[in-house]
Amino acid sequence: MNAQENPKQDAGKVLLEEIQKPIQHPKAGSRVLQVIAIPFLAVVTGLLLGGVFIILTSEEVYAAFRQSFGSGLLAAWRAAWQSYVALFTGAIGDPARIVAALQSGDGLEIRRAFNPILESLVNTTPYIFGGLAVALGFRAGVFNIGVEGQIFIGAATCAFVGYSVSGLPAILHIPLALLAGALGGALWGFIPGWLKAKTGGHEVINTIMMNYIAFRLSDWLLRGPMKAPGQHNPVSPKILETAMLPRFFESPIRFHLGFFIALAVAYLVYWFMFKTTWGFDLRMVGANPHAGRYAGSNVTRNIVLAMTLSGALAGLAGANEVMGVNHNLAMAFSSGYGFDSIALALLGNNHPLGVVLASLLFGTLRNGATRMQVAAGIPIDIIAILQAMILMFIAAPAIIRTIYRLRFKVQVEGAVTIRGWGGKS
Amino acid sequence: MNNRSSYHRQLEEVSPLRQRVMGIVFLLFALAIFVFFISGQDLAAKRASFGLTPGGAKPELPPLIVAVQPALYLFAVLCAVAGGVQIARGFKRWTNWILGAVVGFFILAFLTWAAAGKSLNMAGLLSTTLVKAVPLTLGAMSGILCERAGVFNIAIEGMMLSAAMVGCLVGSLAKNVQIGIPNAGLWIGLLAAIGTGALLAVLHGVLSIKYKINQIISGTIINILSTGFTSYISAKFMQPYPELNNPGIFPQWSFPGLSAIPFFGPILFQNTLFVYAMFVFLIVLQVALFKTRWGLRLRSVGEHPKAADTLGINVIRTRYMAVILSGMMAGFAGGYFSLGSVGRFDEVMTAGRGFIALAAMIFGNWMPLGAFGAGLLFGFADALATRLTILQIRIPSEFMLMAPYIATMIVLAGVVGRGQPPAAGGVPYEKE
Repeated sequence: MNAQENPKQDAGKVLLEEIQKPIQHPKAGSRVLQVIAIPFLAVVTGLLLGGVFIILTSEEVYAAFRQSFGSGLLAAWRAAWQSYVALFTGAIGDPARIVAALQSGDGLEIRRAFNPILESLVNTTPYIFGGLAVALGFRAGVFNIGVEGQIFIGAATCAFVGYSVSGLPAILHIPLALLAGALGGALWGFIPGWLKAKTGGHEVINTIMMNYIAFRLSDWLLRGPMKAPGQHNPVSPKILETAMLPRFFESPIRFHLGFFIALAVAYLVYWFMFKTTWGFDLRMVGANPHAGRYAGSNVTRNIVLAMTLSGALAGLAGANEVMGVNHNLAMAFSSGYGFDSIALALLGNNHPLGVVLASLLFGTLRNGATRMQVAAGIPIDIIAILQAMILMFIAAPAIIRTIYRLRFKVQVEGAVTIRGWGGKS
Repeated sequence: MNNRSSYHRQLEEVSPLRQRVMGIVFLLFALAIFVFFISGQDLAAKRASFGLTPGGAKPELPPLIVAVQPALYLFAVLCAVAGGVQIARGFKRWTNWILGAVVGFFILAFLTWAAAGKSLNMAGLLSTTLVKAVPLTLGAMSGILCERAGVFNIAIEGMMLSAAMVGCLVGSLAKNVQIGIPNAGLWIGLLAAIGTGALLAVLHGVLSIKYKINQIISGTIINILSTGFTSYISAKFMQPYPELNNPGIFPQWSFPGLSAIPFFGPILFQNTLFVYAMFVFLIVLQVALFKTRWGLRLRSVGEHPKAADTLGINVIRTRYMAVILSGMMAGFAGGYFSLGSVGRFDEVMTAGRGFIALAAMIFGNWMPLGAFGAGLLFGFADALATRLTILQIRIPSEFMLMAPYIATMIVLAGVVGRGQPPAAGGVPYEKE
């Protein structure tokens, strides 16, 4: 409230805090613990409540309770336990099978045994890009809720370069296609960023609108200009061999170079945000635009820059899916990465390292849920419920503190306050 | 006193620059009609036939036959005249109405061109428009209730989706309940849908009012949760047991007498409960928000909560009430999808309509009547998109479907007059 009423006084205060922050390191160990405690407990609580939900929707449990109370409890425990065991083996792999495969020395069997964990990394990769996109935006004070649309546009531009540019060696074609994806996403982020900076139109609304424009645009592209000739389904042509991200193992393992690119990009984002002047400028404006303006930052330029970079990261997520996994563009291939990214950024405290860890968790859950659907008959949509609950506990740490009676308070960094949809402000 | 009135006049006046820009926009519309629909086309002898009776309605009216070329010239000239007058004199505060009329002429010209040599059922098109506008308007009213009290609600989509699912499930379970009224099961399902919306709204309220978390994030939580929850239940129960996904559908009620009015009768007075309810809610909400003490209090909490608190209004309680009412409205809108439209639940059946409703709310400047206008416009774009495919017009329907989103971005950018969102929107209230 005060920030609006008395910007100047507040500006000085926030600036001072920002400068002093690195100096205050009382007890590094306890601080790390505090930062990790809330996300950890949020995930644990989310998984527990997910188990309760599985039990409540399980027919066997009700049938068993009708027999006797004891067998009901047993069935409830079994329903939840079996689901999570299936989730675990689907995501990490079956330890017994891995051991057996290693002993037998059969190449195909070893690949199959290790496939789950590598597939989890494949699922993790787009999450890293998406989470970084939202986190960078949050740090710079903009709320990019349009990652989903930026992923689509990035995938479309990347796929176009991937199948239409021929004759290049892979060493050139791969970076070119990645760049095309990043540029497509960047454009889709630039527009709402520019609108916010110039007209005050709120980026939340504009990015939501841009999402749907992107969906319709890609529908049209896939039914018209980009449709693969001779194909009945609305899919684009396959990208050329030279534009595919190399895979490290033989089929059926899909693990590809994208994961390492994502890690490198995460490090780049870290370096940019925390080690360069531009990054500092972005974070300062994000922490308090009034303070930023007071200190001589170009707030307008920073908003546009932040949205564009955020869009570029999201575009890379789309490019990664096209070049590493699908090898073409299909309708609705993204299925919710954009909205999950918001949860990832918050779970990772808007820090690149945190985002990578959170992405590993979500990627693993997503992969495991596929297995759980087959083995335990639990619809894959359970992970959306888990993610929503984890996001809730992260966003409202007071709930976690109340449940577990924690004393300390953790300052969530880079959280955005929203002031008005734009127009007059 | 004098000062104050001059201040008001200043607000109402249109800046000279904007006047010229608008005039040029009108002229561009005229030019567009000429370039796209008239020049280089063989229209001399063509007639367009507009059906005036929706499918199956009685009595049938003879279709309206229009000579295409004169009609197109008429629309182009009307747009050009409006542009000329606007540049020379300006329509002052009527500018936006004239803009609406010019857009209307353009759409009519487009329809005439599209139907040249063919026939287009105008009444059917308008009837579809109204039906498509129902969930958008109801959703937008849900948003208005919430945001006028200073709480953003991007969870309309999620609330509608959950309500559609629960309404369908409960409606199917209660199908054979007999309590003396026809379609008792459907009514119970509808109540369940409204209750689901309210329940999610309580969650939104607790997270954003009590725990003061970012209201956008709170909305996102509800959206993700709703997608997961509804698809989960649908995959686990409603697909394996079709009897759980068969609640039936609210029948159409025609008003005796009124529905016999030619043209308008079948469009307006031969509908399901949801269309009539939308009109009732629309009027009630418009009056309640702007003519009653209740509405004044609700709006004051959204504009300046501290002042409202000083005057003894319980800000927190008012916000909870507004959010819960908003959820109930979204729940009712959700009931429309499964119980009023198709009679079953499909995964993700709201398909982004909650976000178009949000757009309609902004487009309608946070006013119920404005939101209804926006809902009609967006519904029209949707209805037209399907007709164009039937008429074999080579305009991809996807671009028609993009129109609402682009229009909203233009409005938000303040090109065509600025919206006036509630001043305290998105800021959690902290009592000092």
